[in-house]
Amino acid sequence: MVLRRVGVRTAWLLASLLLASLLIFAATNALPGDIAQVMLGTNATPGEAEALRERLGLNRPFLVRYLEWLWAAVRGNFGVSYISGRSVGSLIASRLSVSVWLAGLGMIFAVLLALPIGAYAAMRRRHLDGAVVSALSQVGLAVPAFWAGIWLVIIFAVTLGWFPAGGYVSYFDGVGRWASHLALPVASLAVVQASVISRYVRSAVIEVSHEDYFRTARAVGWSRAGALWRHGLRNIGISLLTVIGLQLATLLVGAIIIEQVFALPGLGSTLLLAVSQRDLGIVQAIVLLMVWAVLLINFLVDVAYQLVDPRLRRGGEIR
Amino acid sequence: MRRTRLSVGIVLALILAVVSTACSQPQEEVPEARPLVIGATLEPDGLDMTTVAGAGTPFVLLRNVYETLIELDGEGGFKPLLASEWTISDDLLEYTFTLDPAAKFASGEDMVAQDVVDSFERSRSEAATGSIRAKWDPVDTIEALDEDKVLVTLSQPSNMWLYDIAGPAGIVVDPAGVDTLDTQPAGSGPFTFVAWDQGNTLKLQGNPDYWGTATRFGEVTFQYYADPNAMNTAMLSGQLDIISNLTVPQSIGQFEDEERFTIHEGTTDGEVVLGFNHRVPALQDLRVRQAINHAIDREALVDSAWGGKGPLIGSMVPPTDPWYEDLSDTYPYDPEKAKELLAEAGYATGLSLRLRIPTLPYGPPAARFIQAQLGEVGIDVEVEELDFARWLDQVYGAHDYDMTIVSHVEGRDIGNFAQEDYYWGYSNPEFSELIEEADTGTEEEQVAKLQEAARLLAEDAAANWLFLLPNIVITTTEISGVQPNQTSLAFDLTTLAARS
Repeated sequence: MVLRRVGVRTAWLLASLLLASLLIFAATNALPGDIAQVMLGTNATPGEAEALRERLGLNRPFLVRYLEWLWAAVRGNFGVSYISGRSVGSLIASRLSVSVWLAGLGMIFAVLLALPIGAYAAMRRRHLDGAVVSALSQVGLAVPAFWAGIWLVIIFAVTLGWFPAGGYVSYFDGVGRWASHLALPVASLAVVQASVISRYVRSAVIEVSHEDYFRTARAVGWSRAGALWRHGLRNIGISLLTVIGLQLATLLVGAIIIEQVFALPGLGSTLLLAVSQRDLGIVQAIVLLMVWAVLLINFLVDVAYQLVDPRLRRGGEIR
Repeated sequence: MRRTRLSVGIVLALILAVVSTACSQPQEEVPEARPLVIGATLEPDGLDMTTVAGAGTPFVLLRNVYETLIELDGEGGFKPLLASEWTISDDLLEYTFTLDPAAKFASGEDMVAQDVVDSFERSRSEAATGSIRAKWDPVDTIEALDEDKVLVTLSQPSNMWLYDIAGPAGIVVDPAGVDTLDTQPAGSGPFTFVAWDQGNTLKLQGNPDYWGTATRFGEVTFQYYADPNAMNTAMLSGQLDIISNLTVPQSIGQFEDEERFTIHEGTTDGEVVLGFNHRVPALQDLRVRQAINHAIDREALVDSAWGGKGPLIGSMVPPTDPWYEDLSDTYPYDPEKAKELLAEAGYATGLSLRLRIPTLPYGPPAARFIQAQLGEVGIDVEVEELDFARWLDQVYGAHDYDMTIVSHVEGRDIGNFAQEDYYWGYSNPEFSELIEEADTGTEEEQVAKLQEAARLLAEDAAANWLFLLPNIVITTTEISGVQPNQTSLAFDLTTLAARS
């Protein structure tokens, strides 16, 4: 039953991916301005751009180029960057590790912060401290990640000098240096995400505390925290998973700007640069990867639902 | 349950790892030669200077990795580099270069005259871009007289040619690496190319066996920043030794601490031009162009749009060219005069013009200022911002605009106004003749004719030269030897030294 449904989901995933690839290829081709013109700059002689386009094979029909690109991409070959001559696949692989660490660690810290904060705000909601925590997370919600990032840089990099203001060092060059370069960008993402998620945690905990099983647990002598830990977490888990899934997508977008602020060579900053240079091979590959990541996250959230909540495994449709 | 404990454990371990390592200061190894980290904003558009045109490539590779027979000094004069001397025949057609006998490539191979011939032939072949190829138009033949003598014969005298071969068109490449120059530059300079991580860093390595005076720097990293403010904070937090060019002059105050930073201010070759499309009927009228020149207070524009940095010029000549003279007062700020001129030209009731600009740092702030000032004399300006790739396509390529603003960073590019099919569409036979005569005459004639040409251009209000991009280099106080003026496209590392 589960397997069949996962199979259907997978088929949808592939179909969406194929459609996305066509849309991405069409959209990037419709971008005004082209690579030949960018490479030649303001000293190009008339007709020269045309000759370069011809040499790069950009003058061939759209469908031919699309099918060629798709066929190569399916086999894992995304071509080479017109600008640097480097393989797009290897470029993206090196950038992916930066982005995955950034978004991944950002989300992990966000959840770790959000759980206690949200639970505390819920448990103490009739007290001043609970209200203050709530209000603070509301403020956090309104702060864009890049703004948080700029302040973190001013305080911890420029004034105190504890962390570098930007750039990236691979962990192969030293785990300490790697971590210190990631600390501030991860913190900027985590603080903002934690505010968002803690509000969901808060309302989920409030909801749980009204449930019969929670009252029963309290009646048989469990403490509030104990009851929440024992019975509440699994029930909160489902809605939390949805939120994390949704937020991961916005996190990817937020990470693009954070990468600019901290000069991190991740997918986002690479994408922006490639768009400005019209290095379309890179643009197409990164956008495809991002769309794929969002689709995959949704897919995984769906599947995870089934595992977390046994009721969904029995009951017909997936919500 | 076990799985839950395991994952909690992993997360805790991760946090511990991050927290403990983040609190300790990063430990740098101390290499023998000092490393240098330079912040930059303009990335290469490729690594082979003969096939791409952007200024980002020569910025890092010219003079540092690739060398030319002669080079420009800080005042725009020529001095020997690979050629220890050169002679010019009386008819100005034959150039004989004598190679420095010590010259050799970074690979260790000796450089011989034939290598120079091959490099030059490559630059003027179909392999090179049209703009590089065009610089070889005056040349008839290139031949090796013996191991260290090259004879270049011109079909007509050309002063520009000698200047051009001090730039990307005249680099001498290692014949052993000629097939892979787009990924692995190979020249004779004091640095060798290590790696380019597109969008992030470009690394060079000091060549200890350099044939000239070897550099004292080990690894040199150009760190690229899409956001100039990120570059500034990196400098403030001690991550950079040099900001190669401050592209937000408004932020210069951040580096006023003389204990830590030195600010070097000079000039570049980058004329920021308010260009007119001379194909547009209204702008074909001299009085309209003059009115626009009178209507814009350029001193105030530089203050508002560019932090007050950047000298005023009045024509297409930077102060480091031998034929420079101050023409910035040709059309002083005079809005009343502008209104009169517009009325004379028949636009008393108003004129609408499209100002299409690239979203480069100087574009939008300058455009807003110009829009306000032209509005006051009755010219209604519609500003449209385009990303640079679109600008190149629509304004530069398709000539679809009335006015635009772009900085022209190439050296000695006054001749662009003589190309009728260039995007400005300026056409003036008298001017073209002066450019031609300047190129084919003696050095003295060149200076005199180009002065005349620059004056003609200014009086004809062929454009409005808003200001000259300043060269603002910030270094830590440890670094010395920065050349204040940028007279070539290269960011020359050879004059730099470090105290430490």
